[in-house]
Amino acid sequence: MIVLLIYVAVFVVSFFVVMKLIKPGARKDFTSLKTVTFGDESAVRSNRTASVISILTLFLLWGMFTGSALLPKFLHAPGPFEGLARFDYTAEAPGREPATATVTVLVHPIEQEAKAPEVEAGDGWAKNDSATVGMWRSGLIQVDRNDEVTKADGAKVVAVNGQPIVPGGEVITDFGRVGMSQKGTLNFEPKKGWQMEPIWLPAPEAVMARLIDIAQEGFRGSTLWQHLGWSLFRVIAGFFFGALVGIPLGYAMGLSDWFRGWFDPIVEFMRPVPPLALIPLVIIWAGIGEAGKIILLFLAALWIMAIAARSGVSGVKISKVHAAYSLGASKAQIMRYVIIPNSLPDIFTGARVAMGVCWGTVVAAELVAAEKGAGMMIMVASKFQNTDIVIMGIILIGIIGFGIDMLMRWAERVLVPWKGKG
Amino acid sequence: MSGLEIENISMRFDLPNGTSVQALKNVSLNLKAGQLLSVLGPSGCGKTTLLNIVAGFLAPTEGRIVLNGHEVRGPDAERGMVFQQGALFEWMSVRDNVGFGPRMKGMAKADKDKIVNHLLDVVGLRDFKEKAVYELSGGMQQRVALARCLANEPDVILMDEPLGALDALTREKMQSLVLKLWKETGKTIILITHSVEEALLLGERLLVMAPRPGRIHKEYRLPFAEMGVGEDLREVKKHPEFARTREEILGMIWDMEEEIMGRQEAGA
Repeated sequence: MIVLLIYVAVFVVSFFVVMKLIKPGARKDFTSLKTVTFGDESAVRSNRTASVISILTLFLLWGMFTGSALLPKFLHAPGPFEGLARFDYTAEAPGREPATATVTVLVHPIEQEAKAPEVEAGDGWAKNDSATVGMWRSGLIQVDRNDEVTKADGAKVVAVNGQPIVPGGEVITDFGRVGMSQKGTLNFEPKKGWQMEPIWLPAPEAVMARLIDIAQEGFRGSTLWQHLGWSLFRVIAGFFFGALVGIPLGYAMGLSDWFRGWFDPIVEFMRPVPPLALIPLVIIWAGIGEAGKIILLFLAALWIMAIAARSGVSGVKISKVHAAYSLGASKAQIMRYVIIPNSLPDIFTGARVAMGVCWGTVVAAELVAAEKGAGMMIMVASKFQNTDIVIMGIILIGIIGFGIDMLMRWAERVLVPWKGKG
Repeated sequence: MSGLEIENISMRFDLPNGTSVQALKNVSLNLKAGQLLSVLGPSGCGKTTLLNIVAGFLAPTEGRIVLNGHEVRGPDAERGMVFQQGALFEWMSVRDNVGFGPRMKGMAKADKDKIVNHLLDVVGLRDFKEKAVYELSGGMQQRVALARCLANEPDVILMDEPLGALDALTREKMQSLVLKLWKETGKTIILITHSVEEALLLGERLLVMAPRPGRIHKEYRLPFAEMGVGEDLREVKKHPEFARTREEILGMIWDMEEEIMGRQEAGA
């Protein structure tokens, strides 16, 4: 909730600040002269500053709530309590005056071993205690253990820091919460603060460090590049075979009644089936090895490419085909010089979609079963609560998916410059 | 036997709703080699259907087309087509578009280049040889389409409203170009148009068609095309006979349109 509020606040404040700083009329192009911008989609241009602030805000929030060393301390959300916590307890025993003693608790980072601090016993019949509790954890503290009268002899704690406490109740101190169990034992829970425990969300620099570590050391017997490379290889192989079969199939469907009639029901049925739903069947039939994964990606790409090629053929303006026939072109020449070039833009659009779907499917398939691959990496890491690897994997998967799309767009611009110009 | 014979063409086809349409009925016409025919008529009179039948894209239900003594059975390089627009191959440069026909025939590159260069000179696009066709204006694109058609040396050129999408000024320039090319090449040309003025200017013979069923309503033989070759077309339009014929044909087409409207209202 507080995260959302900060996010909205940064959004609103940066909007006003940037609007104030950037003088209207700084840009002198044609669009800047348009007075009707609300509703004119062409006048809406992505604001670069907003994009930069947006990304920085995400990292800022990430850093704030993980206590990142990359951020100055004052920006951190209140962290968990660490250090020496103290509270007093007051005990009563039959036949004795109530006595008060101090408990000193060392709250330490979980991954470090800690020794309870030495404390003096004090003079009352209730002696001072010491204990250790990990950050974000809680611990039972048997304060009566070293007292002259123990719980077994009838002693009981009646107050913490002067405030009365009963079994099941609690007292909030400056260092955290002191609760009392039904049996009368004290339970100390140091303040958790607002930061995330690294096991849920590691700091950005921890993820970065892990990335460097895995890039150098590898993960589970393969280097990082092998994991990513295998995923990419599967995508490219599956896509390649899918295109190899799908494009001719789509052409045939666009050019022949019989092919259209024969394959339409199959293609239209398979198209809405998400490739992920095929994973179990493919595993049963082809096992969890490379063959199974490539078959799955082949199936994911096949229908998309077939439909793209089909729509590429049906998108040919009939006047172009007529013109080519009246210029003396044979059927083979019509195919080579008219239908194929005319369908390339559609095929490229299909290829972009297919690559995106394949990339998503390969990660999912590797989550299910694989020895190498980006999906396998994050799946195995999650089983060991290596959240930093999981986050690193997700970021890498995102970057590669984005890179694939950029590459396809670039190829499209270079190879089919006539797209949308017919 | 040289020339194009349209012999008693009828065209009738069924619609999905069970009725059938008589698009053309008993259309007959003889066109001598080198004649320029323009075809006019209200929409739905079957003029484009007729052109597609001559081109060989559609088979008539009755009658036949005979060109130079043999029957037309499908599209062929002897009958070139110029479309309204969008029929150029945008994945090819201007030069490759114009050279498409010769290339399909397997002509040697040197011969092909000669033809292409010559035609690009004729239509005034020499400097745009390497451009992509989508970089050209509409008028320039239609000049490419004309050159592409001529490069193939067809016997007959069929034009389906080739200038319909151009602005008035470009259109006038293109009309002069069509006349010039007609005179220089001596091709037989059939030109379909919506514009009465264009039909008068470019038609050595002019066919007015009537709708439902599509048929020949009236034929004219006109002097304006000959007059217009190499002349200012605006001067031709000032001719009193031009104005008189234009009014006559406009009246004719108006009557047809009104009859259609009346029939639709009576039907509704």
